[in-house]
Amino acid sequence: MASITIRDAKKSYAKMQVVHGVDLEIASGEFVVILGPSGCGKSTLLRMIAGLEEISGGEIAIDGTVVNKLEPRERGCAMVFQNYALYPHMSVAQNIGYSLKVAGVPAAERTQRIQAVARTLELEHLLDRKPMALSGGQRQRVAMGRAMIREPKVFLFDEPLSNLDAKLRVQMRSEIRKLHRRLNATSVFVTHDQVEAMTLADRLVVMNGGRVEQVGTPAEIYSRPATRFVATFVGAPAMNILEGTVELDGLSLLGGSRRLAMARAGLPVGTKVAMGIRPEAVRLVAPGTAGALKATVDLVEELGAGRVIYVDLDGAPFSVMTSEAVHPEPGSAVGLKILPEDMHFFSSETGGRLDVFKVSVPEPAL
Amino acid sequence: MEKRVTFSRWTIGILFAVPQLLLIFTFFYWPAGQAVYWSLTLQQPWGGGNIWVGLDNFRSILSSADYWNSITASLVFAGISTGLAMFIALVLAALTDRQLTGSRFYRVVLIWPYGIAAPALALAFRFILAPEAGFLAVVNRMWPGIWDPGLDGADAMASIIAAFSWKYVGYNFIFFLAAFQAIPRSLIEAAAMDGSGVIRRFWDIQFPLITPTIFFLLVINITESFQDSFGIVDIMTSGGPANATNLMVYKIYSDGFKGLDYSGAAAQSIILMLLIIVLTIFQFRFIERRVHYR
Repeated sequence: MASITIRDAKKSYAKMQVVHGVDLEIASGEFVVILGPSGCGKSTLLRMIAGLEEISGGEIAIDGTVVNKLEPRERGCAMVFQNYALYPHMSVAQNIGYSLKVAGVPAAERTQRIQAVARTLELEHLLDRKPMALSGGQRQRVAMGRAMIREPKVFLFDEPLSNLDAKLRVQMRSEIRKLHRRLNATSVFVTHDQVEAMTLADRLVVMNGGRVEQVGTPAEIYSRPATRFVATFVGAPAMNILEGTVELDGLSLLGGSRRLAMARAGLPVGTKVAMGIRPEAVRLVAPGTAGALKATVDLVEELGAGRVIYVDLDGAPFSVMTSEAVHPEPGSAVGLKILPEDMHFFSSETGGRLDVFKVSVPEPAL
Repeated sequence: MEKRVTFSRWTIGILFAVPQLLLIFTFFYWPAGQAVYWSLTLQQPWGGGNIWVGLDNFRSILSSADYWNSITASLVFAGISTGLAMFIALVLAALTDRQLTGSRFYRVVLIWPYGIAAPALALAFRFILAPEAGFLAVVNRMWPGIWDPGLDGADAMASIIAAFSWKYVGYNFIFFLAAFQAIPRSLIEAAAMDGSGVIRRFWDIQFPLITPTIFFLLVINITESFQDSFGIVDIMTSGGPANATNLMVYKIYSDGFKGLDYSGAAAQSIILMLLIIVLTIFQFRFIERRVHYR
């Protein structure tokens, strides 16, 4: 078990900088998920911790020891790769036991430990097989076993579930979670799948463009996104964003067609802001209800347990998610009721969260 | 499912195959058949028909000490030059694979030797290894007479091995480098995470995974060292001194076209062919078992 401290870590290739000064503190035994779109530098950051990428600037310390110059094997990390990276010429047992063999563990003890790991992962009957003869889920488990057997200080996962089908992914997800609860080893898990991220993480790190956008528990990230990027990236369907301008006595939305009465809380008139509303926070009401926005239905997506209703709000696309049994016809008019506490405001300039409005607004007259 | 183009009429398929069949027949089966026929007859040097002698040609060749000497020389040559050419290429490729900048440059530069005709290459090596004025003349200056391929059989053998290996290092390198690069990087990284150092990774991961390439090159190198060595021997040593470099393929030529013993030469070429076939079968039977195919 070990803590990881990342201080102003930077990575650049010849001309491009891909990680711009990341600061992160990971507590011992914590399960941290790094979430971000592809190309955001999340895998690079993980590989920097592992020692597979050189650190161009800053510091990474494991258990208080700066590991910048250490070889991967000296860092005490184990890694599960996206494509499993199983040695194709070795049997499952040899794959799992390779690190012990390299470390010079006697054959008898090796066999015993391989057996123990195989038992936990239900791989016992497959020990003599070659990776080629395994299914995707089994390969995934072998890759996990290879990481587990070393009893590492830190587990690193590089999108390990993205090559599995949807059902297996859910199953492996809970297995990883259970495994972590039992081993309680510090884990860093990289993914672009937000459901995976939300379900696995003790703490979530959202990255974009080589920078950390927000660090927090999944609930915090969902309910109080720190930036417009986090707001739109986390949550499905994505948060609705309406562009607006601060006026003397409120907010002008959708190019002036709607107004939101509220105190402007010190922001100068003319400031551009973006208002975000989660689709699941919107309530569908009869058109013409007091305080409700009027919109036209474009498309209804049935999800079984609920439905996503895409509407047109004065030319702007807007989505509503509801679990109520309503099936409005495309083209019909609906009313949207939005509570002030469900509104998120972000600066259009920096994308940062603006909390100034909320407190001062009693009830928006829409 | 593999998709194939199929022809509805078999005649079209035959038509496509005919040019290739014609070439193979003209340049392989026909001459090989002729060689078999000649090896069983006595061909008269000034014409006048063949006399059927059965296996007499083979008997006389196999009872000749010169011929056994030639077989030994050929095996020594094949063994050392294949080993050298493959080992050097493997090391170069492994090093190049680790540091990839400029690998395209190496690839071009290293394939050139293979493109040079054997006699031209041999001539260059003859100058380089000349005991009186070549690069190696330096050693003779320090220890007079230590290096002389014109007089010392071992030196002569070393010379032709050097020339042949040089040519095949480039060829082997290309294949080895391609094989190394076909190994997914993540396998190497996984091994590094498992605590394996550079050398250990090479033996445990990379080497087993390139065994198909090693096997392929082994078969090609051995076969070529029996056949492609002719030009080098002819220019550099002409089989001398004292038959020390009289490889089987060269002996066929010198016995047949210089000694005008067509029948003996034909019998020798049959033996050479059989030897290569046997060696290849042996390699497939016993060495291929250790190859890991993915």
